[in-house]
Amino acid sequence: MVIQTEPTEIILIKDLSLRYSDGNESLRNINLSIKSKAINVLFGPANGGKSTLLRSLNRLNDLTDVNQLTGEIWFNGQNILSSEVDVIELRRKIGIVFSRPVVLPMTIFENISYGLILAGMRNRVQLKERVKEALEQAVLWDEVYDRLDTPAADLSGGQKQRLCLARSLALKPEIIMLDEPTSALDPVSTTNIEDLLQRIKKDITIILAPHNTQQAARMADYAAFFLQGELVEWGEGPQIFGMPRNKKTQEYIEGRYG
Amino acid sequence: MDSKFDSSNARKHEKIGFAALTALSTLTVLPIIAILIYIVIQGLPTVTWEFLSQFPSDGMRAGGIYPAIVGTFYLTIGTALFSIPPGIAAAIYLSEYAPDNRLTRIIRIAMINLAGIPSVVYGLFGLGVFVIFLQFGTSILAASLTLSIMTLPVIISTSEEAIRAVPQSFRLISISVGATKWETIRKIVLPQSLPGIITGIILGLQRAAGETAPILFTGAAFFLPQMPQSPLDATMALPYHLYVISTQVPGMPIQIQYGTVLVLLGFVLSMEILATVIRSRARARRKW
Repeated sequence: MVIQTEPTEIILIKDLSLRYSDGNESLRNINLSIKSKAINVLFGPANGGKSTLLRSLNRLNDLTDVNQLTGEIWFNGQNILSSEVDVIELRRKIGIVFSRPVVLPMTIFENISYGLILAGMRNRVQLKERVKEALEQAVLWDEVYDRLDTPAADLSGGQKQRLCLARSLALKPEIIMLDEPTSALDPVSTTNIEDLLQRIKKDITIILAPHNTQQAARMADYAAFFLQGELVEWGEGPQIFGMPRNKKTQEYIEGRYG
Repeated sequence: MDSKFDSSNARKHEKIGFAALTALSTLTVLPIIAILIYIVIQGLPTVTWEFLSQFPSDGMRAGGIYPAIVGTFYLTIGTALFSIPPGIAAAIYLSEYAPDNRLTRIIRIAMINLAGIPSVVYGLFGLGVFVIFLQFGTSILAASLTLSIMTLPVIISTSEEAIRAVPQSFRLISISVGATKWETIRKIVLPQSLPGIITGIILGLQRAAGETAPILFTGAAFFLPQMPQSPLDATMALPYHLYVISTQVPGMPIQIQYGTVLVLLGFVLSMEILATVIRSRARARRKW
């Protein structure tokens, strides 16, 4: 049995800078590596660039007005910022869950099969299997297995967010990014999601932008502290939250600002 | 109690105000209801199966209005054919693809102005372009095309509004699970905005069905002894027939006029009601 001591990098971000058309510089010179099969936490005060970074990793920023983008993001041996990259395929490999649990206006089943059908899966049996698998992975199956054909809009907030997670997981992505996934949820639902992330991280790389420092500290295998578009410090979670090297990081963790 | 804080006077004023508003708003619908009731009472005895299924006879002073009914039906179908596809395409383009630049602003302004043009101008335009220049003659084809141009702005603006009302977050979710922009439009945006689009289409067609001026020079016939055989034939139509029997035929029995009005109103109103039903049912079902 091989015991992996050194975690591998799945994404390498080099000198990434990004500026939106409205003049706000969102990211400045980011150098960061995302570790495979671990929870990578991006934390810091609002407008620090966490969401922008997430949206760059699966090119959702293509939909926004970005007028300056420099640097490289390496994933699976290619720079995903290059124009030759198949962004559709990229988005299937790097899924995202947003803070507001938005379900598509369809049934629970259709919400999850939507991405699969787009990816070319037509076989009904295969679809059913994959939907079940995704719902089980997101710990939602037991609550919804008897009403898969009812509108997803009828679910509770916490259930919706797990459905969103299942929708991403169904595509069997290599990475799942979560942008403040529990900010709209109650404490019980939050715990559910956190437990669930701890369980799936052995199979899938997780990039999490928590909405508070406590969650960041609880969840981080690796952590990166963002402040006003700059990456201040990054390293292993216990080190960042136990003995941060940078004064700004320390002050933020102690709650002096933010 | 301190009389300074006594609010009974203010409440009395409020009551009077509300009463006045209620009275005024009742007043505005009263004429419409009165007209409707009057027409139904006057026209209903005339509207028999024979009236609906026979050709006019005795210089249109007797018989039915069958060819006019069918003609209006043909014109509505023709208008739908020519206005729905480009209307929806334009709405999708304007709401999903068009950048916010000078060209799209000009298109929008042009559309608003199109909607404000008097319908007789459309009729003259149709006469010049479709009847004479393209040599379609006075025909169902030319009249339908003319009505389509008049209907397009209505369809485009209501469809665009319906498409824009679909939450942006749905589009983001769809894109994020690997949909292209077009797949997102086809599978999420259009199905969600369809009730609104259909409502707009029906309202546009309903207006076209009731118009006289645009078909006056382009396709409507005073009287035809037989049904139109092809889209290149002229046709009788309800609104024009009504105009004819009200102004051009001496000794016209008033009952036939009321009967024709009732049929035209029924046609147009039933489309309106259909649109309202579709809209309210979709609204009840919608969960966003």
